[in-house]
Amino acid sequence: MPKLTVNGIEVEVENGASVLQACEEAGFEIPRFCYHERLSIAGNCRMCLVDMERAPKPIASCAMPAADGMVIDTQSERVKKAREGVMEFLLVNHPLDCPICDQGGECDLQDQAMGYGEDSSRYVENKRAVDEKHMGPLIKTVMTRCIHCTRCVRFATEVAGVPELGAIGRGENMEITTYLEKTLASELSANVIDLCPVGALTSRPYAFVARPWELNKVESIDVMDAQGANIRVDARGGQVMRVMPRLNEQVNEEWISDKARYAIDGLRRQRLDTPYIRDKSGRLQKASWDDALAAVGAALKKAKAKGTAAIIGDQLDGEAIFAMKSLMDKIGSPHRDCRQDGAKLNPKVRASYLFNSTIEGADEADAILIIGSNPRIEAPVMNARIRRNHLMNKVAIAHIGSQADLTYPVKYLGDDIAVLEEIAAGTHAFAKTLAKAKKPMIILGNGALTRKDGAAILGRAKTIADNTKMVTAEWNGFNVLHTAASRVAAMDLGFVPGKDGLDTQGILKGANDGTIKLVWLLGADEVDMSALEKAFVIYQGHHGDKGAGVADIILPGAAYTEKDGTFVNFEGRVQRGARAAFPPGEAKDDWAIIRAVSAVINKTLPFDNAADCHAAMVEAVPHLGALDEIAPAKWAKFGTSTKLLAEPVGAGLDQFYMTCPISRASETMADCLRASKADANLMAAE
Amino acid sequence: MLADKDRIFTNIYGWHDSGLTGAKARGDWDKTADILKRGHEDVIEEVKASGLRGRGGAGFPTGLKWSFMPKEVGARPHYLVVNADESEPGTCKDRDIIRHEPHKLLEGCLVAGFAMRAHAAYIYIRGEFVNEARKLEAAIAEAYDAGLIGKNASGSGWDFDIYLHRGAGAYICGEETALLESLEGRKGQPRLKPPFPAGVGLYGCPTTINNVESIAVVPTIMRRGGAWFAGLGKENNTGTKLFCISGHVNNPCNVEEEMGIPLKELIEKHAGGVRGGWDNLLAIIPGGSSTPMMPRDVCDTMTMDFDALRNAGTGLGTAGIIVMDKSTDIVRAISRISYFYKHESCGQCTPCREGTGWMYRMMDRLVRGEAEEYEIDTLYQVTKQVEGHTICALGDAAAWPIQGLIKHFRPEIERRIAMRKSVVDAAQ
Repeated sequence: MPKLTVNGIEVEVENGASVLQACEEAGFEIPRFCYHERLSIAGNCRMCLVDMERAPKPIASCAMPAADGMVIDTQSERVKKAREGVMEFLLVNHPLDCPICDQGGECDLQDQAMGYGEDSSRYVENKRAVDEKHMGPLIKTVMTRCIHCTRCVRFATEVAGVPELGAIGRGENMEITTYLEKTLASELSANVIDLCPVGALTSRPYAFVARPWELNKVESIDVMDAQGANIRVDARGGQVMRVMPRLNEQVNEEWISDKARYAIDGLRRQRLDTPYIRDKSGRLQKASWDDALAAVGAALKKAKAKGTAAIIGDQLDGEAIFAMKSLMDKIGSPHRDCRQDGAKLNPKVRASYLFNSTIEGADEADAILIIGSNPRIEAPVMNARIRRNHLMNKVAIAHIGSQADLTYPVKYLGDDIAVLEEIAAGTHAFAKTLAKAKKPMIILGNGALTRKDGAAILGRAKTIADNTKMVTAEWNGFNVLHTAASRVAAMDLGFVPGKDGLDTQGILKGANDGTIKLVWLLGADEVDMSALEKAFVIYQGHHGDKGAGVADIILPGAAYTEKDGTFVNFEGRVQRGARAAFPPGEAKDDWAIIRAVSAVINKTLPFDNAADCHAAMVEAVPHLGALDEIAPAKWAKFGTSTKLLAEPVGAGLDQFYMTCPISRASETMADCLRASKADANLMAAE
Repeated sequence: MLADKDRIFTNIYGWHDSGLTGAKARGDWDKTADILKRGHEDVIEEVKASGLRGRGGAGFPTGLKWSFMPKEVGARPHYLVVNADESEPGTCKDRDIIRHEPHKLLEGCLVAGFAMRAHAAYIYIRGEFVNEARKLEAAIAEAYDAGLIGKNASGSGWDFDIYLHRGAGAYICGEETALLESLEGRKGQPRLKPPFPAGVGLYGCPTTINNVESIAVVPTIMRRGGAWFAGLGKENNTGTKLFCISGHVNNPCNVEEEMGIPLKELIEKHAGGVRGGWDNLLAIIPGGSSTPMMPRDVCDTMTMDFDALRNAGTGLGTAGIIVMDKSTDIVRAISRISYFYKHESCGQCTPCREGTGWMYRMMDRLVRGEAEEYEIDTLYQVTKQVEGHTICALGDAAAWPIQGLIKHFRPEIERRIAMRKSVVDAAQ
């Protein structure tokens, strides 16, 4: 651990730390543009120059490794001059268009110009103008503002794994571009907007929408995938204006997917803002809450407990799930399921449905087998971690499922699930790789689990895990990669069929043959709605999506940005989301609607406010009260050894952009989907 | 003046056969195996003893540079890279070595490569050197056919391959780490140092990059001894050097001379003197376009070696001497050099990317006097803001010529500004 002196203060830093980090350690802020903790070091902005004893010229502190005995001066006249010089150079060709620049108010160049800039310019020549570059529907470019820090290039190449950004030209004619002016083909592309220290890359959907100081900022959790990325929701008035990533090293570091960031315009469209009741002519008519609740009460009474079923959706908070389960228990119906995709998960063994290695653990894995999943579109931020592990440790990765570019090379084992038998028996070459590895990992996706033989695949995966010693005291390499944000919370809360209860497939079948008379869809839009035509359907949710189309009564609920709620991500981490805006019109919190229904049918649930509901939930499942923690899960027997079916195994999702009621209502996501298809066609044509 | 017997490049003018037969007749490839038999360290010691300083411009002691390579070959092979990307305006020595003495370079590659325990050398040649590349390729083929390089090179038991790589003609690729980037197939942009190439160079392996001339003189040093080389020239500036004399002289030429030769003697003996006589001299750029110029009074007594020139505030650089007589539009000359650096800046780091363009535009106005007097100071400050703040030395190279101009010819710039003013005033 090198010891060095910064401005007379002695600091000790970790091996491999840079002088810049040492200066920060000593409490001196170093201005920078190109340097970013999560990207490789470029050293090109020259803003971080500091004086080093015995060095003839100032050194770039970001690029200089800290060494024992260095004497650093960050406050000398020469350093000040050097930084002012660099700042002047950055500004000579930077347009003075801050008043019309979306970066205004959160611009590194603005901020640092306050510290190192002059009040007037000595540059009397014409300023450089650069053509805009097309980078797709999310990234707006004003390349005249570019200061060539190459953060975006490094992010695309290193983190996102799409080497499609680069610099062409040289000297002052250097320009950042996608070369062919096509959409940046990454699910993480919009992170370059956050990385851009100036207004060269800004958000296209958010262009000229709001100024940062007008926004109300709320820290929350993303539900577009099951990773539970930490987000900050910026709202103005009653509207969510934008979503930004929040730092959480253990979950999303500081990235979020494009869907998490941009599906929010879907929150303004197709919203259910008042209750509806289907009249005799088959038309949905607006209704008051009183009428709707009375109608629900009557329908529940008519259907009786045995004829009532509930299916819940993928983006719910734990409180709503808990309220629904409590109601079903009170009614006495065992027919309920949270697995609307039909995944054959085992609710009894928690370790069988968690991402046990944890997200951070994926950094340490030394052999990975991916089965029936495409992590690139099912959990893009997670995928970037696997990619980093590959880049740094050359970890061996094998993939069973539909072939896809995961941004890192994999050993593709085909889409025939039979290969699992070979791996389970230890005769396959990759079984030996797993057995040799110290921290091997299996990632089991919905492409495998939703098959008819999902339980058998689960069983084979467990056999592989046991045979290759994947589960030890310190390490559990068995992982399920969910696509539904509410799945783990619902499994923890036991929203699965009770005694003699029907699962999703059973409920749909029952609804079709008349044994199930009433189906309550709580935010569930992904089941086969045609099976529900005969049954009485209550749809409770926030979007006029598939479920609302078949509903007889619609109860308008709140979306994830409009409620305080508990979410559990796929590794079992408990996190809290918070309300950034109120639900539109008459819409209410989901737990409150269910509580109101319970009162109508005289089976009043024992909580009167959100805090009580949360407390009751924590009482039922204590680990949901431990925020930001992962409750340990015991390894036990699960899965079956029945025969595997001879059909190709796919992935959990077939496309990234429109996968839930919110993203399906989003114009931005529709644009992205169109753009990605158009580019795919172009590539195919070539 | 250098005696003929002490000349290293005896065919620099191409008067004789440049092929293998001719080269052998001049003593090249003579018992090369015996040189290698002396061992890695002995070769390095001999070169150290010779006092040879790198001929590419910076003047770093060559033997010392070689000694930075790891003493043992680990998991990563060692590489020798020869920088034949000679693009410095005013310099054309490497070109003549490649054209007329290619076997000196190839033998030097083998000896130097052996000294640093490399089994491969890459020669990165400037894209515009089409004929030179052909010539060198032919020479490499000859050497392979004769068993001088390749497996068991020259019967020494050391395997050695030489690869020729053609650049695309970018000045910045003559910077050693940008050269490595380009050689690896990427955009030619200098790397950050540290790590230095001797630790992490070509393809991440220990690498030494040397100029063509530095490598080509090594076999002769080995044959005649470091002491012989060190006996030529001045202390700390030993040996012989190829000088490239161009500009307003009667007989522009490349000539091999002793280090430390008086500039006036060099020009008058070999280049036929300044056009119109020494008194007609305005200024001289002593070491390629990037070194600051010297006015006549400095030139009178200047000797051509690293230390003397550095003490005079300029540098030997590549020894590309550009002579300018009194007919020269000195401001225009420097403005043209400024344009060159603006055009060749790689654009990676801020001061150089933005500064070279700014400096050129100001210079361009100064040529016509379209400026205010205080802008001369602004320009000088801008050159100071670029100098020493960039990743590589191109920023310095762009700043120095302008600093030289302002230092020695400020009255001329002021005269132009005043003249322009008076013309404008008269017109109004």
